[in-house]
Amino acid sequence: MNEAVRFHFVVDGEDFTSAGQASVQVKKNLRKLGISPEIIRKISIAMYEGEINMVIHADGGEADVLVYEDRIEIILTDRGPGIANIDLAMQEGFSTAPDNVRSLGFGAGMGLPNMKRYTDDMKIESTLGEGTTITMTVKL
Amino acid sequence: MTVSEMAQKLALTPVAMPDGDREVEGAYIGDLLSWVMGRAQSGNVWITIMSNLNIVAVASLADVACIVLAEGVTVDETVARTAADKDVNILSTSKTAYEVAAELAKLDV
Ligand SMILES: Nc1ncnc2c1ncn2[C@@H]1O[C@H](COP(=O)(O)OP(=O)(O)OP(=O)(O)O)[C@@H](O)[C@H]1O
Ligand SMILES: [Mg+2]
Repeated sequence: MNEAVRFHFVVDGEDFTSAGQASVQVKKNLRKLGISPEIIRKISIAMYEGEINMVIHADGGEADVLVYEDRIEIILTDRGPGIANIDLAMQEGFSTAPDNVRSLGFGAGMGLPNMKRYTDDMKIESTLGEGTTITMTVKL
Repeated sequence: MTVSEMAQKLALTPVAMPDGDREVEGAYIGDLLSWVMGRAQSGNVWITIMSNLNIVAVASLADVACIVLAEGVTVDETVARTAADKDVNILSTSKTAYEVAAELAKLDV
């Protein structure tokens, strides 16, 4: 596998005022590894959107970031409700976010599109009632 | 122009300025966090009326130069402390987002 570095995080589903901690930590870790600022920014944004989604839509989950020689992989896994229609969820503007998180500035329906835009590859596997796994890859 | 020079020229009030030497380039106005994540550019001045703690993470991860809270919006102590801690500059003003942007444009930001 030639795996260089792996970071693992448990994402708490309780508290979305402080959500984003895993992403902030990853940003720090990647800086220490000497990854370029442009790549770090892509990873940070894509991971934050995924992390926030797990908090808002799935009651939390787990995040793994794997740094290989030629790419970085972000794997987000949750045991939330799953996504009924992935094509619809991927559309800009589609959101089922409740009012209380909308008042905080979430719910524009731009998170998944951002994740796709800022990564080179994105795969969503989701089963209703079981959960969602999103794998994103950014080439180095 | 740096964040602290901009604060002075536009008479903005520093809420947290851990990185006042950061260069500013361009601006983005928005309150929907995913729009900001998707559209703001690294080094931008982010003008918003959102004041909850999530703006600190968004500013840090989107790598904007600073947050400008327009329209007299204030943040609570936790937000100011977290920003200082996470190296995120926050300034506030009673001006509208439009006025801030117009003044920045005059300064060629
Ligand atoms: N991990 C997840 N589990 C279950 N549903 C999800 C998950 N992630 C996204 N969704 C569904 O996909 C929709 C679109 O997600 P997306 O991130 O694009 O927008 P949003 O989270 O609603 O708003 P924004 O990201 O702009 O704040 C969500 O509203 C939700 O219905
Ligand atoms: Mg989202």
